[in-house]
Amino acid sequence: MNHKFDTVIIGSGLAGLMAAIEAAKHGSVAVLTKLYPTRSHSTAAQGGIAAALGNEETDKPEWHFYDTVKGGDFLGDQDAIEVMCEDAIRTIIELEHLGVPFSRTFEGKIAQRRFGGHTRDFGAATVRRACYSADRTGHAIMFALYEQSERMGVKFFKEFHVLDIIIENGRCLGVVTLEILGSGVHVFQSKATLVASGGYGRVFKTTSNAHASTGDCLNILFNSGIPLEDMEFFQFHPTGLYGLGILITEGARGEGGILINGKGERFMERYAPSIKDLAPRDMVARAIITEIREGRGIKGKDYVHLDLRKIDKKIIEERLPEISTFCRIYLGIDPSEAPIPVLPTAHYAMGGVPTDIDGRVLMDEKGNAVYGLFAAGECACVSIHGANRLGCNSLLDTVVFGRRAGLAMGNITGKSGNAEEAGINTANKSLEAVDRLLNGKGEEKAADIRAELQKIMMDKCSDFRNEKKLEQLINEIQTLKGRAMEISIKDKGKKFNTELLEALELESLLNLSEVISSSALQRKESRGAHSREDYPKRDDENWLKHTLAFRTDKGMEFRHKPVTITRFQPEERKY
Amino acid sequence: MKKYFFKVKRFDPENDVVPRWEEFSIGMEPFERVLDGLIKIKDTRDGALTFRRSCAHGICGSCAMKIDGRNRLACQTLIKDLKETVTVEPLPAFPVIKDLVVDMEPFFKKNEEVIPYLLNDETPPERERLQSPEEQQKILQAITCIMCACCTSACPSYWADKIYLGPSAILKGARFIFDTRDRALDERLGKITHEHGVWRCHSIYNCVEVCPKEIDITGYISKLKRLAIKKGIS
Repeated sequence: MNHKFDTVIIGSGLAGLMAAIEAAKHGSVAVLTKLYPTRSHSTAAQGGIAAALGNEETDKPEWHFYDTVKGGDFLGDQDAIEVMCEDAIRTIIELEHLGVPFSRTFEGKIAQRRFGGHTRDFGAATVRRACYSADRTGHAIMFALYEQSERMGVKFFKEFHVLDIIIENGRCLGVVTLEILGSGVHVFQSKATLVASGGYGRVFKTTSNAHASTGDCLNILFNSGIPLEDMEFFQFHPTGLYGLGILITEGARGEGGILINGKGERFMERYAPSIKDLAPRDMVARAIITEIREGRGIKGKDYVHLDLRKIDKKIIEERLPEISTFCRIYLGIDPSEAPIPVLPTAHYAMGGVPTDIDGRVLMDEKGNAVYGLFAAGECACVSIHGANRLGCNSLLDTVVFGRRAGLAMGNITGKSGNAEEAGINTANKSLEAVDRLLNGKGEEKAADIRAELQKIMMDKCSDFRNEKKLEQLINEIQTLKGRAMEISIKDKGKKFNTELLEALELESLLNLSEVISSSALQRKESRGAHSREDYPKRDDENWLKHTLAFRTDKGMEFRHKPVTITRFQPEERKY
Repeated sequence: MKKYFFKVKRFDPENDVVPRWEEFSIGMEPFERVLDGLIKIKDTRDGALTFRRSCAHGICGSCAMKIDGRNRLACQTLIKDLKETVTVEPLPAFPVIKDLVVDMEPFFKKNEEVIPYLLNDETPPERERLQSPEEQQKILQAITCIMCACCTSACPSYWADKIYLGPSAILKGARFIFDTRDRALDERLGKITHEHGVWRCHSIYNCVEVCPKEIDITGYISKLKRLAIKKGIS
């Protein structure tokens, strides 16, 4: 079946919906999602969204700008970061007007709390910058944007899995999808296409990410020759529930929670004397792993404690109800009475498809864009987050750059003629992988390969990396890729074939794991979330640059592009 | 590791005429959830077993199903709280698509009837619209709804009257009616207070009993009934 829309958006998380609301002012908009719209992983964001509103104490966008640059270990592009921080206040007010039920101060203003790496006066002390809706901020924004996009007449195609993004002669023509319910291939022709497909934390065994976070569209774009930027930088959130990886918001520390090791020490005092437990996530996660490695885990085991017992019970009830429920349901503990066992969990991809500040997808290191193709949110790399994202900047990134992409797409769809006739040939080609899997006669199971991949990525490419481990890992991934060609699936049905979808998703996980580990191998320094045991120092002389990984006929190729530095020169990163 | 028997109601639309039961015996750790069990079955026994899941920690609302006779989220139901035989069925009252997957369209469509978005066409202030914590208190539970459909699927009034809005859509209406920033109270109340609206609710409390977010849905519906009476709509 063929469909024509001015704008087609892949992904119904915050970036996709914000873009949809904007683009719908200029023409017809279709949102494609492999889930139901409100099920996207944006809804799991807990702690808050950053903006220097100054509702609780003095704050300034330029302090936010500085914190983001420093938090990202100076790898973020400062022109883009400045745009985001300057637009943050207007954005939050717009969200509030659209209906987001932010938590309130006693005067009725949007309440704000402390968060990791948020400081006043360029690092002098912590500041209350995180706007929140209890610990369900993503969910609160998600519903408001979904509701408003329905009001705008955005058409949702629910449970559609993207098979291909059609790019011909430097121009994006549309998207090929498989309707999961069973009606087969649907081709969407568009004047503008936005990829807002989220993250890919499922490459790791322990992750806060949803099962759906498999990076399908990044794999498609990479295979079409679009580079992937800074893929070596993957954030591990310090506080995942031990054994489960479920996120416990940094807001818990923002409200006064502290991390404790097996000796009862508040160990972050040693690693970040000024802001302690509210240091950026890469530093806190590394500190936890170091404590455990040096034998100071709780009872010598591989976890530490997050202690909320000093926080007023009423504050826990009002501002941290969701995580309290998690602790109660999954661990049987009340966080106001017992400390929470935590361990870092794979959380957020700093890397992704390179874009400019209006979401245009860049196809090379010189800044040439693919006409009609845009990306925003976690799948994109603007680059705001550099080598390590600050808490509350991901939601801000999605809405600021989702909106900008929506505006830019509105400009294209307003001007040009009808959508190009695209794609029946491409559609047939897109079905090759589906046919291969459905007709596969091999002995392999996608679930087994996925489990092995997630384990080796966790063992060799998570916290501390080195050349030997990464080289081994890349070889092992090659072996798994070979085995993946021998997958057969039991379910041969056309209707709601989730076994087939999981096998398709595995291909993305395998390819992205290869890009992540190869990018990590070539970057011979430690910066932000990327820690090399064999190159423990940051090396600005050689590595103050972005990585671009390309797929070529000869295998993976790396090129680089400079970091845009406008205001803040790199300095030693201390807190 | 303890052995559990999962008794799963299966339906393959391409091969079955009626649903059938199938049993799987699997080992589970006490901290694992019913969703983990289903994933183990899919990964190791029968790849064709079909169910929805995404976040796996109770916030996305994908994995609502009937477990041991009660609607719940599979990702939030710990195996240690269940007996050795675990019965898993699709959510009742919706058409079954395949195995544990039901057609959610009838459920989501109900929402469209209650003007499910904040309406306020007054010129907005330069900053946020003020709303005190006390004012927000009125919607604090309603905004936590994840649209999992456990409630509507458990509602006897909905079983008997498929035109009935159902608890979830009414809750969505309440979420805006009691939001001090909204300006469409009368219009929205008119869409909710008819014979297939709030008056179809007989305060059976099934919705409250199964809500994974512990929302007092019947309480909200009662408030709407009182408001309607006060405004002379009934």
